[in-house]
Amino acid sequence: MTDDATGTGRDRPDGVQPVGMQTRKGLFGTEGTGDTSGFGGLVQAAPTAGEIVSTPEPLGGYFDEVVGALRELLGEDVTRAVVVDRGELTIYIAPDRTEAVCKAMRDDEGLRFELCNSVSGVDYPDQRNRLHVVYHLTSMTYRRRVRLETAVGLDNPVVHSVTSVYPTADWQEREAYDMFGVVFEGHPHLTRILMPDDWEGHPQRKDYPLGGIDIEYKGAHIPPPDERRSYK
Amino acid sequence: MTTTDHSTDAYAAERDTTEGRVYTVTGGDWDELVSSVDPVNEERLIINLGPQHPSTHGVLRLVCELEGETVRSVRPIVGYLHTGIEKNMEYRTWVQGTTFVTRADYLAPIFNETAYCLAVERLLGIEVPKRADVIRVIMMELNRISSHLVALATTGMELGALSMMIYGFRDREKILDIFEAVCGLRMNMAYVRPGGLAQDLPPNGVQMIRDFVEYMPKGLDDYEGLLTGNAIWQERTQGVGYLDVSGCLALGVTGPVLRSAGLPWDLRKTQPYCGYDEYDFEVPTHNGADAWARYLVRLEEIRQSLRIIAQGLDKLEPGPVMVEDKKIAWPAQLALGGDGMGNSLNHIRHIMSQSMEALIHHFKLVTEGFRVPAGQVYAAIEAPRGELGVHAVSDGGTRPFRVHLREPSFVNLQAIPALAEGGLLADVIAGGASLDPVMGGCDR
Repeated sequence: MTDDATGTGRDRPDGVQPVGMQTRKGLFGTEGTGDTSGFGGLVQAAPTAGEIVSTPEPLGGYFDEVVGALRELLGEDVTRAVVVDRGELTIYIAPDRTEAVCKAMRDDEGLRFELCNSVSGVDYPDQRNRLHVVYHLTSMTYRRRVRLETAVGLDNPVVHSVTSVYPTADWQEREAYDMFGVVFEGHPHLTRILMPDDWEGHPQRKDYPLGGIDIEYKGAHIPPPDERRSYK
Repeated sequence: MTTTDHSTDAYAAERDTTEGRVYTVTGGDWDELVSSVDPVNEERLIINLGPQHPSTHGVLRLVCELEGETVRSVRPIVGYLHTGIEKNMEYRTWVQGTTFVTRADYLAPIFNETAYCLAVERLLGIEVPKRADVIRVIMMELNRISSHLVALATTGMELGALSMMIYGFRDREKILDIFEAVCGLRMNMAYVRPGGLAQDLPPNGVQMIRDFVEYMPKGLDDYEGLLTGNAIWQERTQGVGYLDVSGCLALGVTGPVLRSAGLPWDLRKTQPYCGYDEYDFEVPTHNGADAWARYLVRLEEIRQSLRIIAQGLDKLEPGPVMVEDKKIAWPAQLALGGDGMGNSLNHIRHIMSQSMEALIHHFKLVTEGFRVPAGQVYAAIEAPRGELGVHAVSDGGTRPFRVHLREPSFVNLQAIPALAEGGLLADVIAGGASLDPVMGGCDR
């Protein structure tokens, strides 16, 4: 064990991810990375920690219309930032307003985003609010797509659930909770969905290693692959 | 019977009435019996289906609460096939990502690869050559047919139409043979790569596909002869697993299930990609919103896919199947050698003894991969089960920062309680099968 438990060269936020944080060696001699497959460790690019910069308006296409309608319904401050990149619109919103925004997006005649395609999480470990939740909405009426994004920190990772607006978000929010530890307030039964119920930690966080987690199943103890035998 | 002493027969009690002597031959008073032990109105039975059960389409577990034969609640439990594909991809290069996504929904590998590659290409800001697009479309439609054939075959098997299972898998085999000839593998081919394709069609590829397009309509007639007029098939599917358009939209259900409810939402038409807007085909719909309608929609989609494949073959023109940019194009040139598909000897000669730059490119791309500009995109295509979306995030490095698959199986499975509750236990299987879930895709 070293102080740099995450092996990323960055200090780990205190009190998170107690599982599998030992410094380990990979198959082909890679060290100090969570990757025990041996293929990683080639590039450790750090994602930007900077503030998100809005695209200057007008945004073009239907983007102005969507953002304008949303601001008219919920106030100017509903959008924290609006980014147009690669022809896709991303609206950054506050974590406690996801439900209200989705309701407006679904019900307003000019917006009509009937379908919530996808809810996914992204972990940006260098940002203060590192856990992002990303919603992709589709308007079948107008054939438009939009992305909503919100971010929370580890100290209070609470996002308002949108299951009351889009029931399809149910399992996808459970997955985001399972994999990233985002707590969705108002979700009817926020439990793990892909990992076992008693799993510790949230596997898709960036400081959670790939592999190298020993497994206990009904009393049997199975060491992680890189500790089962000596490869070197 | 005549010699039996009725007065002592426990199974035929007798009593005297004004009509004469009456024998109760059932062995007891059923009214009394039913009211004392009432499985329909009082007892709720909890039954666990799966995770290992042939009728649950892989490792899906359903916990059903029953009153008699009536299902009061169904709780689908997933995650048994979770293999951490999304996490693994963060530790591999962007090109290696295709070998991971292709294993998610193992019945529709070409779709996984194409959706992923479309996302990577949008992040890179590149367009693939025309020929690569056409071959992608042909391969996707072949894959759609093979996936729908498995849907028909397994649904047939689960509802007792075993011949359909044999027929479906027999004809799927012909498609897998084509895949094998084209990419060397029957499943999980990693054929579609960021920037184009792993390799061009083999010399006999076009002819193989043409033969299949000619053969398949007869197979479809066989299925229709087997199932469509079959009274049992109709009884088992009509009115079963009902889910209307508003239910589909609320639960995020897309694909054949949504179209079986009457909404012609097909991303190939509504938000075309890979040049689908240049093909002439219909989007089949139905108003039944039940398992029967889904069966008819899938059959018709196979016919439309055949039309698209035929048009695609006519569109094929000679040209490259990978982008020209040597900083992105995977450097290997494959060829069939004595021990199977591998790097061509010409290519090895080129990099080892002719061009230092080629060797450097090869080495850098294979070991490190190319860098993808930072940003995030969402690319969605119409997979056999519905919208398959890929949310890809890049931090500017050589490996994906995050890739999320919006898997139609995962999202659609949420609809099982809506389809099955209030119906009979046997209809849970029929309704679930009509969703055509693939657990490899669901759990990733």
